[in-house]
Formats: sequence, structure tokens, C-alpha cells
Amino acid sequence: MARGRTGVRRTGVRATVAVLAAVLGAASLAGCSSTGGKRAEDRAAAAEAQGRAAVSTPKWTFAMVTHSGDGDTFWDIVQKGAEQAAVKDNINFLYAHSDEGQQQAQLVQSYIDKGVDGLIVTLAKPDAMKAVVAKATKAGIPVITVNSGSEQSKQFGALTHIGQDESIAGEAVGDELDKRGREKALCVLHEQGNVGHEQRCAGAKKTFDGTMQNLYVDGTNMPDVQASIEAKLQADKTIDAVVTLGAPFADTAVKAKETAGSEAEIDTFDLNEAVAGSLKAGRLGFAVDQQPYLQGYEAVDLLWLYRYNADVLGGGLPVLTGPQIISKQDAAELEKYAERGTR
Amino acid sequence: MTTTAPPVKDRPGDGGHGSPAKDERLLGDSPLRKLLGRPELGAVVGALAVFLFFAVVADSFLKTSSFGTVLYAASTIGIMAVPVALLMIGGEFDLSAGVLVTSSALISSMFSYQMTANIWVGVFVSLLVTLAIGVFNGFMLTRTKLPSFIITLGTFLMLTGLNLGLTKLISGTVSTKSISDMEGFESARKLFASELNLGGVELKVTILWWAGLVALATWILLRTRFGNWIFAVGGNAEAARAVGVPVRLTKIGLYMGVGFCAWVSGQHLLFSFDVVQSGEGVGNELIYIIAAVIGGCLITGGYGSAIGSAVGAFIFGMTSKGIVYAEWNPDWFKFFLGAMLLLATLLNAWVRKRAEATR
Repeated sequence: MARGRTGVRRTGVRATVAVLAAVLGAASLAGCSSTGGKRAEDRAAAAEAQGRAAVSTPKWTFAMVTHSGDGDTFWDIVQKGAEQAAVKDNINFLYAHSDEGQQQAQLVQSYIDKGVDGLIVTLAKPDAMKAVVAKATKAGIPVITVNSGSEQSKQFGALTHIGQDESIAGEAVGDELDKRGREKALCVLHEQGNVGHEQRCAGAKKTFDGTMQNLYVDGTNMPDVQASIEAKLQADKTIDAVVTLGAPFADTAVKAKETAGSEAEIDTFDLNEAVAGSLKAGRLGFAVDQQPYLQGYEAVDLLWLYRYNADVLGGGLPVLTGPQIISKQDAAELEKYAERGTR
Repeated sequence: MTTTAPPVKDRPGDGGHGSPAKDERLLGDSPLRKLLGRPELGAVVGALAVFLFFAVVADSFLKTSSFGTVLYAASTIGIMAVPVALLMIGGEFDLSAGVLVTSSALISSMFSYQMTANIWVGVFVSLLVTLAIGVFNGFMLTRTKLPSFIITLGTFLMLTGLNLGLTKLISGTVSTKSISDMEGFESARKLFASELNLGGVELKVTILWWAGLVALATWILLRTRFGNWIFAVGGNAEAARAVGVPVRLTKIGLYMGVGFCAWVSGQHLLFSFDVVQSGEGVGNELIYIIAAVIGGCLITGGYGSAIGSAVGAFIFGMTSKGIVYAEWNPDWFKFFLGAMLLLATLLNAWVRKRAEATR
């Protein structure tokens, strides 16, 4: 971890490593019998098989700075995609995140100072990122935007944008709700101030024939999310569909629905292991996947292509990774990928 | 945090350093002794340790451009850490300081936009409102005699709700409209969010604001009567009242100081990004308090310095950006931050203890 530090107290380090190894060895032995242990082993084997660079280009350093909060599943999947592409492309991959606009901009600035060879940023709060993205392009660092900000990406000087168009994704949800004969829906926004979230709900509202209301919840406080949805469902029994904007909130919405005694169908944006399972079990109606793995993977890969061959994908238009509507039958197939954390 | 407690026992309710009436124990001390007795000394040693650590571990930490980034990160915390430190010396907290910054930015932006007024009108209105919120906090505190924790927690929650509710009500979305094309924007941007190029290093103007505020606060604390009052009400409010210190006025003044700095900080946010998100700022109040505590302010009041808060903010800036320069896995970010802060504070307390022992 501490790169570039000379080993001064080598014996001490060696002793620590030995102790650690012993503890880890004992722990892995103890874990062998459980399913978790086996799965972890399989995953390690898979990682080992993929852990080799496919190219011999110089070891460039690419950094990604997102607007993610701490411990967000979605961004974990994006990172996995980026890391796997980085291994393949012989890239030193760095990642940092902050959900405060100013902090995110400062992190990008730090990577510009470091002189990275490529930057991947999200534009969930475009105005906060505008100046620093301009600075990066001025410093000759190619920038690719992912996830949110398809409208601003080109204008800010980014090479290309990879993500789903939030309005289009929202419209797909509105259509799907119509198809399912829903009449009164609730759109649950878990990140206050995220422009992409507003666009999703607005898009859904546009194509949905019934009425749709927005509900703001504090995404970093799960009990609060549950209580808010619960209260809303108790207050209005005619709500027959709840759309959450992130996978972790779907199951919370299911719980809220059960305690509130509501009959509403729960649908969600994004996919993860739990959502795939719930879709299969019929607790959820459908999920709109924007394939976060692709967003991370493609961003690193496209930066590599640009560095290596000056290739740019998209022809000036965003490269769309979604929306892909997933329902019960698709879920069974995707569950194993969701389980290993790449879908 | 409690590790900063012991030294105060040697000086219960003292008039603070540099107060005109010198403690007799300090008479005849050499300048070195005096230096060792300063509240921020431990923090300075801690800052040096953090600096050396990252200089060794992160190769791009020592680049001059990185220095500008670290200073900027420190200044955005430091501007608010100054009044929060003063308030803490005066024996109180302000939990609404973080969202007040966002409120300040929201008010100027929305007022100017909705009234189609010159930007400076909005900036001025925002100043009035933030000062008024300071007066409200101070007035409620001194009137009700409730702890500042409760009063400002109430203000914090109300402001959080107002920020979101009013913004949604007035602009229809959760962020403000862009005001960059309005009259007065450029001049205001120059004052609050411009950049200076100093020998190839880009320095944000917030660094100047920060330095100015630290100097002003230090002067107030050490050279004015109001400074003595702050130490007095923080040390022992009842005793201070008995000798004629206007306790209520002092505390209201301190909260107005927080309002003023939140205004500066909020205007910086507004003019550097020109659009403000209404939900930001929550949680920052703790960072300001931490910066003040690392800098040697005692959470029980009566002891501390403005320079210390600046050193605390600097440690915070170095740590948060140093972790990025060191290319550490961000999953561990908070852990490293916490460990670093704890170590800095411990070192701070240890150095101070040694300094006191040499007396």
C-alpha cells in the first residue's frame, strides 16, 4: 500500500506478515466448510485467471472520480469493470469519490496535480465539475465522462460520454408501468441534488399515463428510507407502483410496502444480487439496468484506445449502456453474474 | 479529543495567553518558554509529522501544484474553523455552521435571480441573513440557557429543511439557476472565487480570505477587550459576569462571527460553481469542530487559538488530499483520516504536556 517507502524495520514487518498469514490461514481453514468460503475461493480463482495484461503498452495511470457516497453497490460494480479493463490494458487504476460537489472537484484537481494519463469523471453535479474538467483538458489529460452528464460532457471538453441517457431510461420506465396497467406511481429519489435522478423521474412522468409523485429520501440512512416510503404508502393507499432509483433501495421499498400493508408493485433502476433474487422470486416487478460494469470497463478501455491509437468512440454522441429492462425470466440468467458482483 | 483536557487543570479559567494581566508564573519566561506554552504548538508538530509522512509516502505530494490544491482544501475548511474555534474558546458549539454555508450561497443566488437584481444585492442580503441567523442562535442560547448543542442542532435541522424546501418552492428544482450571466457576477467572482498565479502555483483567493480571517481573529483574541471577554466567558461565564463582562453580547457576537464566515465560504461556493445544490454542507460542521480541536481548542472552552484552527485545517487538507496522492484504496480513506487525526491530536497533547512540564 505504501508505495515508495523503504523498508527500514524489515524484521518487524516480516513478523507482522507472518502473524497475519497465520491468522488468515486459520480463518480460511475455518471458512472452508461454509458456502461463503467456497464461493470466495472460486472468485479468487477466476480473478487469478483474468489477472494478466493482454497488451504491452506502457503502464499508464488512469484515475476515476465519482460522486458516489460511501459503500455504494452500484459504484462498486463500476469499479470492478474498470479494474478488470485496467488489468487487461496494463493500466495503473486509481479511484476516489465524494458526494459533495466541491470535494469531488478537489479530488479531480489532486489527480491533475499527480499528472495522470487519463481521467474518468461523473458529472452528477455538472456545475461543480466544469472548471476542473476544463483544467484537465487544458493540461492535456484526456477526460471521459461516465454515468451522468451526457448533455454537458462534450461541452466541457470530454472525449466521450459513456452511460445511459437518464431521460430515455425514465421514459422506458413510464412505458413499462403503462404496460403493467399501473395508475399511481411513486418515484423515490435517494440522492438529493443529483440531476440525473431528477431526469429519470421526469422521464418516467412524461411517458406514464397515470400520475406520478416524487419522494425524497436520505439515501445514506436506510431506516429513514424505509420509514419515508412506509409513511407515504400508509398515507396514500391508492399508490400501486413504487419506483426506486437504486438497487439497494428496492428491497427496502419491499419491506416498507409489507409493513404498510400496501399492494403496490415495486420496480427499480439498477441491478444487484439482491434485486436479481427478488425479481426471480416475484417480489419486484422489473428492473432497469444501465450496466454499470460496462461503464467502468468501457471508460478505461476507451482511454487506453485513445492513448494507444487516438481512437474515440461515439462520434460525438454518448455511448449508451442502457436502459435494459429486466424482468422475472431474465433475472434467473443474470443472477449468477450479479452474484459475483459484475451485473 | 479528551486527550486535550489535562493542561487546563493547571490554569483554571485563566485569562488566556497574551491577556494584559500576565500570570505571575509566566513572568521572566524566555521567549522559547513562551512559544512552548502556545496552544497551537502541538498541532504544529502534528502538522509537520503529517507533512513529512506524506512527503515520504506520496511522490507527487511535494510538487508545487499539489501544494496549491492542499492549501485550497485546507482553506475551505479553515475559513469556517476560525469562527468555530473562537466560539469554542467562548465555551459554545455551532452545529448549524455546515449548512449555514449552503444557505448563504442559496440566498444570494436565489435572491439575485428571482429579483433580477445585481448580484451584489443578493450577496449583501445573504450577509444580512447569515448575521441574523447568528444573532438568532446567540439570542436563543443566552435567553433560554439551553445548551448550544440543542439550540444549534435545532437551527441545523431547520436550515437543512429550509434549504431544500425553499429552493424547491422557488426554483422548482433542487438546485439554483445559473447566475453567471448576471450583472455583477464577474466582480463578485473576483472577490470570492478568483485564482492568483504565484510563480507557477495556482492559489485560490480563499487562501487569502483564510489568512486574513486568522490574522483578524488572532488580533481580536490577543489584543482587544472583546478577546479577553471570549476567554473569560469560555473559562467561567458566571465569574466573567460578576466582573462585568457582557456575557450575552459576547456570545451573540461569536455566533455572528460564524455567520459572517459562513457567508464568505458560501459566496465562494456560489461564485466558483455558479449553481448551488441545496442538499450540500451537512456533516461539514463536524469537520470545522475537528479542525479547531486538533488546533488545540479545548472542547470545554476557555483555551485555544485561531492560528491553531488554521493548523488543524491544514492537517485536514493534507490528510484528505495526501491519501489521494499516495494512491491508497479509497475504501480505507475514512480509516486513515481518522487514525491520522487521532495521532495528530495525541501528539498535540503530548507536546503540550512536555511543554508544561519544563516550566
